[in-house]
Amino acid sequence: MESQQHIVKAFDEELDQMMSLIVEMGGLVETQIIDAAAALVRRDSDLAARVIAGDKIIDALEIELDNLTVKVLALRQPKANDLRTVVAALKISSNLERIGDYAKNIAKRTNVLSMVPVVGSSATTINRMSTMVQTMVSDVLNAFVHRDLNSAIDVRQRDEEVDQMHNTLFRELLTYMMEDPRNITPCMHLLFIAKNVERMGDHATGIAEQVHYMVCGEMPDDERPKGDKTSYVFVEPNEVDD
Amino acid sequence: MSKIVESLPNIPEVLPLDPAPQADPAVRVKPLITARNVNVFYGQKQALQNISLEVPANQVTALIGPSGCGKTTFLRCINRMNDLIDICRVEGSIEIGGQDIYHKDVDVVTLRAQVGMVFQKPNPFPKSIFENVAYGPRIHGLAASKAELQDIVEASLEKAGLLAEVHDRMNAPGTSLSGGQQQRLCIARTIAVEPKIILMDEPCSALDPIATARIEELIDELRENYTIIIVTHSMQQAARVSQRTAFFHMGELVEEGATEQIFTAPRDERTQSYITGRIG
Repeated sequence: MESQQHIVKAFDEELDQMMSLIVEMGGLVETQIIDAAAALVRRDSDLAARVIAGDKIIDALEIELDNLTVKVLALRQPKANDLRTVVAALKISSNLERIGDYAKNIAKRTNVLSMVPVVGSSATTINRMSTMVQTMVSDVLNAFVHRDLNSAIDVRQRDEEVDQMHNTLFRELLTYMMEDPRNITPCMHLLFIAKNVERMGDHATGIAEQVHYMVCGEMPDDERPKGDKTSYVFVEPNEVDD
Repeated sequence: MSKIVESLPNIPEVLPLDPAPQADPAVRVKPLITARNVNVFYGQKQALQNISLEVPANQVTALIGPSGCGKTTFLRCINRMNDLIDICRVEGSIEIGGQDIYHKDVDVVTLRAQVGMVFQKPNPFPKSIFENVAYGPRIHGLAASKAELQDIVEASLEKAGLLAEVHDRMNAPGTSLSGGQQQRLCIARTIAVEPKIILMDEPCSALDPIATARIEELIDELRENYTIIIVTHSMQQAARVSQRTAFFHMGELVEEGATEQIFTAPRDERTQSYITGRIG
């Protein structure tokens, strides 16, 4: 029945347009994630600058999508699966826009990081984490387009791996800072970058939940696996420091 | 050397909030009307197939579906309007308050006083506004005196939200009112005989949006005292006024449920296709 057309053709066209905008926005967001991570690893300020500039296009697409959804709500009064699709599209666009913001923030910090010496191999780990998140975004948008519940559930589960990588990075960077205070500036930036990537994963998970709602009419009822333990970490000083 | 440690706090288990009572408001309500396996035939043609439906008291139940799906036929079964059609045959049972309305001892005139009906096109009698409303209570002997009749007429017009607009011209013909006012006059006429149930067959289809909004507001107020079943072609109207929605298609009752559920996550694909505008 999904493939069945509406009697009013313009409604189908608007829903198609909505899908295309999400896909276009998602494609740009994926590129931003990859480019932001590549700029970090390669210490490439030019690429970082392009990522910063590119965020404006994503913001503009979000506004275009918001306007379209408001128009569809007002003019078509969608119901049932149409209503759920429109509501999901609205929320997904806001999640994608946030992911774009995080990519931009990574690019901004990359500028500073390219001016100071390299600390450890954290950038490479962040790159791997970014690739994981980019794949999550790609898979969850495919799940959205194909109304594929199982893929959405799978993406939601995968966020735990991202959280675990973030935990590892957090400890690693803390260690570098304890070893040498000169590491504090780059490590603080790397920590924020790692947190940004971890948040991107959360937003991909949020999109997966919207796809779940769109397909079944209800949000997933189990609590999603949360692996981020960094909020509970602290450094215990030794009484006599050698 | 200092150590990195993790201190997981002891977070007490917090029970989730009680789910909002949106799920199914009618579940605990005893049904006022119970239809079981209702089949209706017009001659050889079967118009309704095995309809079983429970209608809870003091709620608005909307019957929706494409033209010819049987929703009006079902509505007309509830006050035996179909008795007026020679070739029509009704099988199965419909109970109101536990009593089978098709039982041979049931007086149809009394039944129709209890189960009032408002039609698509406002149809006031060619009489004064007062007489339109007074007619029913008079023939049913509900008023012992003129003063009492006056009270019933005014109370009914008040409940129908019309009194303020007509109190100074009660002797003007009912047909001199606007379409929306005429429809409210018909509602006043219906409630004057103290029904339990009001059946409405597309009561707003001949009205403009403002008059429609007034009727919808009135329906919402009336459900405090009456059980209302409304047939409507406007899904927006069904969504706005009803607590329960039943979807009919080709003589079958496809799905019935809380209006919110039907319009956000219907269970049957045919319901989904109809309410999203994919089949007519």
